[in-house]
Amino acid sequence: MKVNEKTEKIISVKGLTKKFGEFTAVDNISFDVKKGEIFAFLGPNGAGKTTTIKMLTTLLESNSGEIMVSGKKISDKDGVRSTFGIVFQDQSLDDELTTYENMEFHGVFYGVKQPERAIRIESMLKLVDLWERKNDFVKTFSGGMKRRLEIARALIHEPKILYLDEPTVGLDPQTRNYIWKYVNDLSKLKGMTIFFTTHYMDEAEKMAEKVAVIDHGKIITIGSVKEILASTKTKTLEDAFLTLTGRGIREEEANASSRMRMARKAWKK
Amino acid sequence: MNSPVYIMWLRQLKKYWRSKPRVIGALGQPILFLLALGFGFGPIFEQAGQGSYIQFLAPGVIAMGVIFTAMFTGIEVIWDRQFGFLKETLVAPVPRWKIMLGRTLGGATVATAQGLIVLIACIIIGFSPSSIYGLILALLFMFLIALFFTAMGTAIASKMEDMQAFPLIMNFLMMPLFFLSGALFPIDTLDGAIKTVTLLDPLTYGVDGLRFALTGMSSIGIITDLLVIGVLSIIVLLIGSKLFSEIQI
Repeated sequence: MKVNEKTEKIISVKGLTKKFGEFTAVDNISFDVKKGEIFAFLGPNGAGKTTTIKMLTTLLESNSGEIMVSGKKISDKDGVRSTFGIVFQDQSLDDELTTYENMEFHGVFYGVKQPERAIRIESMLKLVDLWERKNDFVKTFSGGMKRRLEIARALIHEPKILYLDEPTVGLDPQTRNYIWKYVNDLSKLKGMTIFFTTHYMDEAEKMAEKVAVIDHGKIITIGSVKEILASTKTKTLEDAFLTLTGRGIREEEANASSRMRMARKAWKK
Repeated sequence: MNSPVYIMWLRQLKKYWRSKPRVIGALGQPILFLLALGFGFGPIFEQAGQGSYIQFLAPGVIAMGVIFTAMFTGIEVIWDRQFGFLKETLVAPVPRWKIMLGRTLGGATVATAQGLIVLIACIIIGFSPSSIYGLILALLFMFLIALFFTAMGTAIASKMEDMQAFPLIMNFLMMPLFFLSGALFPIDTLDGAIKTVTLLDPLTYGVDGLRFALTGMSSIGIITDLLVIGVLSIIVLLIGSKLFSEIQI
């Protein structure tokens, strides 16, 4: 029997918790992402989005809970790592290397052998319109060009899952549009699973097949955009988001990442 | 080449070669020591019947060039953590000890190259190596010293996030290790506790081996030097690999 791609789970999270000292960044969350799905993971600043992505991508260990990625337990780190590509929230390129060298480095680290590596580098760089700049140092690039390069780099090993942690932050509308169009093509044409976070609710509304909203470390709703709008009796995802997470600016959340870092340091001691 | 160790090594070399101020800047301190101490204390050293001070001092100054470059390679871990590139390597399906090994070998190669540049500068100033063959042994010792201190720098950096604290800690560690290593004075004339402390300093064996290779003078013995610095380099590399493997971001 042929398995329907959109019913097969590729990420499965059960009872996941992460604490930094007394602070619970992620509190007993559970969700599934289906193969080929575009999944938006939304939440206010400091809600636990990036901490969750770090656990899903093996950068951080959880205190409790289970994660299965592409049929592999998260403890099989190298096995899990070979299944995904990631574009981090902050830049992660080496500015002192050229475009090509950054791609080459990634290709070697993900075991893409020559001559296939050279073919893929050329095709990826052409896809994001950076082939002509292959010998330029990354430090000469604009924010948008760096983002495009990071996406190209994340795809060189043809991952099953692409994590995008706020991929369009700080970019102009043209570049944002370009990136989402490309991401959509990846999902539709190659069946790649896309797991992304964003603060631009219009982007999530347009792109996501499924949305989870996390706040204070807990998932407060999960479903399709249509289902979330119906359950919150709102007309846009932004209204739904504000209804679910509140309209006031929560001071304690403003510096959540630095607070978490401090708590982590204290916890390490 | 398809090896992550090789590509990591190559990255270190490219970054070093592209940073000309780094190449030139790392020359400053050793040359200053050679000129100030060599020509300042030289006459006293010679009057005491110890021969040419420049000949004695040059291997110590070369070791200085190596260890300062090697230890500060560790800051690149913190730098990479700060600017995001470390994450890129840590999510890759590559055992972390291989990443650590590539980093360490790259840093050690860079530090050895820096030592070679200091050696050339020493020769221009007036130092004369005893034989051409000794230069090969000298390169081996420079590499072992570099390996030990690069691994130590990387191990310490694996546990740190503060970019400003790292140089302070490195100086706090390196200065005593350098001054007690016999780089500036002969250790065979020392007695008691200071001699014991000197013999506990890993750099003592590196400097002594380097001095033997370049001038034929040794206070400890080349085999002991080679064994101690070689074994210690492997131990620090293993500890560094463990600490690097434990990094969480």
